[in-house]
Amino acid sequence: MFENTQQFLDMLPIIIIGAGILISTTIEMYSEKSEAVLPWFSVFIFSAAAFYSLVYADKQSIILQNMLSTGGITNIFYFIFNIGAAIVCLLSLDYTKKYGMNYGEYYILIQASVLGMMFMAGAKDLFMIFLGLEIMSVSFYVLAGVNRKKEKAIEGALKYFLLGAFATGFLVYGIALIYGSAQSTSIEVITAGFTSLTGNILFVAGVLLFLIGFSFKIAAFPFHMWVPDVYQGSPTTVSGLFSTAGKAAAFSAIIATLAALFNSSPDNIFSPYLSVLALFSMLFGSIVAIAQSNIKRMLAYSSISHAGYMLIGLAAGSFDGTAGVIFYLTVYTFMNLAAFGIVALIEGENETNLELDSYSGLGNRNPVLAALLSICMFSLAGIPPMAGFFGKYYVFIAAIKSDLIWLAIVGIFSSVISVYFYLRVVVLMYFKDSEFEKVPAKSFSGFLGVTISILLIIALGIFPGSLLDLITSYL
Amino acid sequence: MIDLIYLTVALPLLGFLFNGTIGAKLKKDKLSGILGSSVIGISFLIVVGAFFETLALPANERLNIVSLFTWLNVAGLDLSFSYQVDQLSLVMSLIVTGVGFVIHVYSIGYMQGDKAVWRFFAYLNLFIFAMMNLVLADNFLVMFLGWEGVGLCSYLLIGFWYDKDFEKSTTAAAGLKAFVVNRIGDFGFLLGMFLIYSTFGTLIFTDVFSRALSFNIPEYIFGLIAIFLFIGATGKSAQIPLYVWLPDAMAGPTPVSALIHAATMVTAGVYMVARCNIIYASAPSIMMVVAVIGVFTAFFAATIGLVQNDIKKVLAYSTVSQLGYMFLALGAGAFSAGIFHVMTHAFFKALLFLGAGSVIHSMHEEQDIRKYGGLKKYMPVTYGTFLVAAVAISGIPPLSGFFSKDEILWFSYVNIGIVFWIIGLITALFTAFYMFRLYFMTFEGKENFDHHKKHPHESPKVMTIPLIVLAILSAVGGFIGIPEIFSGEHGNLFHSWLAPIFKSAQIKLMSYSSHSHTEELLLMIISVLAAASAIWFARYVYLKNPQIATNTSKRFKGVYNFLLNKYFVDEVYDASVVNPIVKSSESFLWKICDNVFIDGLINWLAKQVENISANIKKLQTGVAQSYALVMVVGILIALFWIILSV
Repeated sequence: MFENTQQFLDMLPIIIIGAGILISTTIEMYSEKSEAVLPWFSVFIFSAAAFYSLVYADKQSIILQNMLSTGGITNIFYFIFNIGAAIVCLLSLDYTKKYGMNYGEYYILIQASVLGMMFMAGAKDLFMIFLGLEIMSVSFYVLAGVNRKKEKAIEGALKYFLLGAFATGFLVYGIALIYGSAQSTSIEVITAGFTSLTGNILFVAGVLLFLIGFSFKIAAFPFHMWVPDVYQGSPTTVSGLFSTAGKAAAFSAIIATLAALFNSSPDNIFSPYLSVLALFSMLFGSIVAIAQSNIKRMLAYSSISHAGYMLIGLAAGSFDGTAGVIFYLTVYTFMNLAAFGIVALIEGENETNLELDSYSGLGNRNPVLAALLSICMFSLAGIPPMAGFFGKYYVFIAAIKSDLIWLAIVGIFSSVISVYFYLRVVVLMYFKDSEFEKVPAKSFSGFLGVTISILLIIALGIFPGSLLDLITSYL
Repeated sequence: MIDLIYLTVALPLLGFLFNGTIGAKLKKDKLSGILGSSVIGISFLIVVGAFFETLALPANERLNIVSLFTWLNVAGLDLSFSYQVDQLSLVMSLIVTGVGFVIHVYSIGYMQGDKAVWRFFAYLNLFIFAMMNLVLADNFLVMFLGWEGVGLCSYLLIGFWYDKDFEKSTTAAAGLKAFVVNRIGDFGFLLGMFLIYSTFGTLIFTDVFSRALSFNIPEYIFGLIAIFLFIGATGKSAQIPLYVWLPDAMAGPTPVSALIHAATMVTAGVYMVARCNIIYASAPSIMMVVAVIGVFTAFFAATIGLVQNDIKKVLAYSTVSQLGYMFLALGAGAFSAGIFHVMTHAFFKALLFLGAGSVIHSMHEEQDIRKYGGLKKYMPVTYGTFLVAAVAISGIPPLSGFFSKDEILWFSYVNIGIVFWIIGLITALFTAFYMFRLYFMTFEGKENFDHHKKHPHESPKVMTIPLIVLAILSAVGGFIGIPEIFSGEHGNLFHSWLAPIFKSAQIKLMSYSSHSHTEELLLMIISVLAAASAIWFARYVYLKNPQIATNTSKRFKGVYNFLLNKYFVDEVYDASVVNPIVKSSESFLWKICDNVFIDGLINWLAKQVENISANIKKLQTGVAQSYALVMVVGILIALFWIILSV
């Protein structure tokens, strides 16, 4: 399988997770204490894979008969998925106990989904993307319904599955059309023949359907309908995973397939499609989020609008745009995980404390959590010096450079709208009296996960250049 | 050590974070104080190390840039956290960390027993952090960060005892006044910064200044930049018309006054103008404005200082007056003389304030000098060191104030005319008079306090040792800047050290006629005699014949009251600027513009958005089939669109 040890080392992040799944399954089968071991084991392998990817990102190669690339941007994505999953595991430790769903499978499914994401990010062939997508999606469908005693969770999982299958159908159809017109599924071959293929209607329709399949995964308007129901129904920690690593994976696949095209062809024929998608996602997400009273639903709509901002970077279709999207994804992963993490910490048993009103007076009851959540909300709203500001800043600048000034203006307009619902949480926490006296149960690991995320948000807000330089050096 | 210069910024920040976050929980005042002081002490040692390292370098290699990281680098705007270690920034850093450290140590004793010592040291550390950013910055943006930072810290520290009354209102109001007045200046600084960026395309000092020399830029642009920046400087450095906040800054604890008046904050404006010397040298008319404002402020504040009865108020107006001297120097093109006065002034003004703090401490918070008297036998160290400072500020040789002040007077005579010299001389005379009025009324003469209520005593060692250190510096600090008529060519170490910084500006300004050494010596003797006679006169009036003072103030009641009430400037500002703004804000801007128009528009928009939001929300039916339908519609539209466009 491996031509030499170097190939083995290049693939090590994937091997760590793959072997981790096998080991975890064995532990789950034969150990009585698997529930206590697996979370920390998962945190360990995710962190190991994340740091290995980051440290050895400069070793770029293409392996497995031109199927998979390693190093460079791929490894940056590996880092995002794994660090995100590690934080999710930390958050889940006490959360799953609270809901009586502390199953070992939960962690194995997270590992499997991450493995799928890694295949997508490194894919050099459309089949590899499809394979990765399915591994991830199937794990996600199950994770959405992992709390099988809860009606809403099952309903959400089923909706997710039905609509997901529907979207995957279009995706596969798109791949078929691409294959039919380009006579290959290798991304390199398709990229090379792209200019001559753009006249071919079947090819263009194929790429469009392919994009639509992923538009579903990144939760862009009008393929977002599943998002609020699924995010609300799923365990909060799982929603965090969907909205961050899941979204990053879908973007990584789009970037893996189309980035080379975007960067090389000056008149990018998909730019109008992506711009319109970005426009509606931003505005729709921001506007509807205002009317939400449930914080998880609010975060779901916020996640739709963030997908819109990221699409601006793709619509810009440039070097800067792609770098901006990757930067945005990294930052978004941390800030959204922190937000979902705090929601998970405050959430009581049986879905209590999920209404916005239950955050009133949190500043008094739990000043530390309130401060952390405020940082999170400021970052999501894009207020400097939090990292969220730079995510938006980079994609807007890219749009302006690509003469999409109108899109940047809409983006800023939408950001202004979004400030309303983000800061409403802060206002409730500090300026309204507490209605609920209940202090949430303490969770050390959950708190640790949130703190790590927040520290990264602040660090990336002060040193945004460090990450951006890293990304641009690999593009 | 030069490479470690970032630590001098990072350590105060760490001190702030430590005291600011867990200081309150620890409840160990000693620890807060020692930690807060030691971070500044270590920073000082690093600066000293960097200084000697730079000293060892050849004169043309003494500019080192220490790049920390790039904050933003997009679309041609490169904003980096880089620090510029050169002769000028090192002098300023030595003053800020050195005097700052002494003040920190003193505060351990002074603030003992306060209910929030941790908060005090957190703010002090933050202050030093901001100030170090200001003086070490290698570009205008980082400088602006420090510039705003000291403004914020002054607000926090002046209002430190926020629940205490101060004059007619509260200390919080005094802090607010400092902040608002500074904001006016900051606005000028911002405008200057924008103009610099649009003119030169960069904010990095070295690039801006080299482009200022090489680009062909009309003089009025330089003039605009210079005047905007100078507006900023009048805010920070308390010059007419924005000086009004500084006297009120005494509402804070006394070490804060020492820090604001001596080592930090007020020196920022002087430093900034000196840093931008090339821009000012390219706009000679604005240099004249600077000189006029400076000399007028010096004179004006000194006249107010003559009659004040609050020990801190006298010192506050003396600061405003001394800052006027510094701007006079800058306006006269004697940049290094201005910086030299910043340094000596930092020594003796810190000493005066800390000495005053020691007196106030032992007199149970009494600040009226009419209720002091004869304190020298109770507090010998405070008395001795205060005397040194008073002699130094009066300009009696060979103490430090003599060298720096005399240099300024000489350069204003040579470069811009005898009128400036005369006003400067009269100011020096007044300065010597009111300082010794303060000294005699406090330490000599008969005791004017109630022995049953007040028990004056010397302050603890932690407070007196800083006084002694500063007294030594005030006494010998001037020897590094001995004028060339005594020390020979290049004998003035301070000038030779700073000369490379101001070289290009000096070449631009070089036009003055030569003057003989006898002339310089003559003027020097006149100014020393003037100061000495003022001291003698103060002794005659306040020690020997106190009734003269009361008689004079009665005879010239009008003038006396006019001065005592500080020319009614605060009242005039209130009537002409503050009240009209408040009134029109209240009745028009707030009640009509804001409430009716802006709020109305925003609320209407928000209502519409909410309505739309509530309507669209209904799309989310919860039925999976309808979700799929929306998707299909979306796909069809996208497909038709892209197929038609191919």
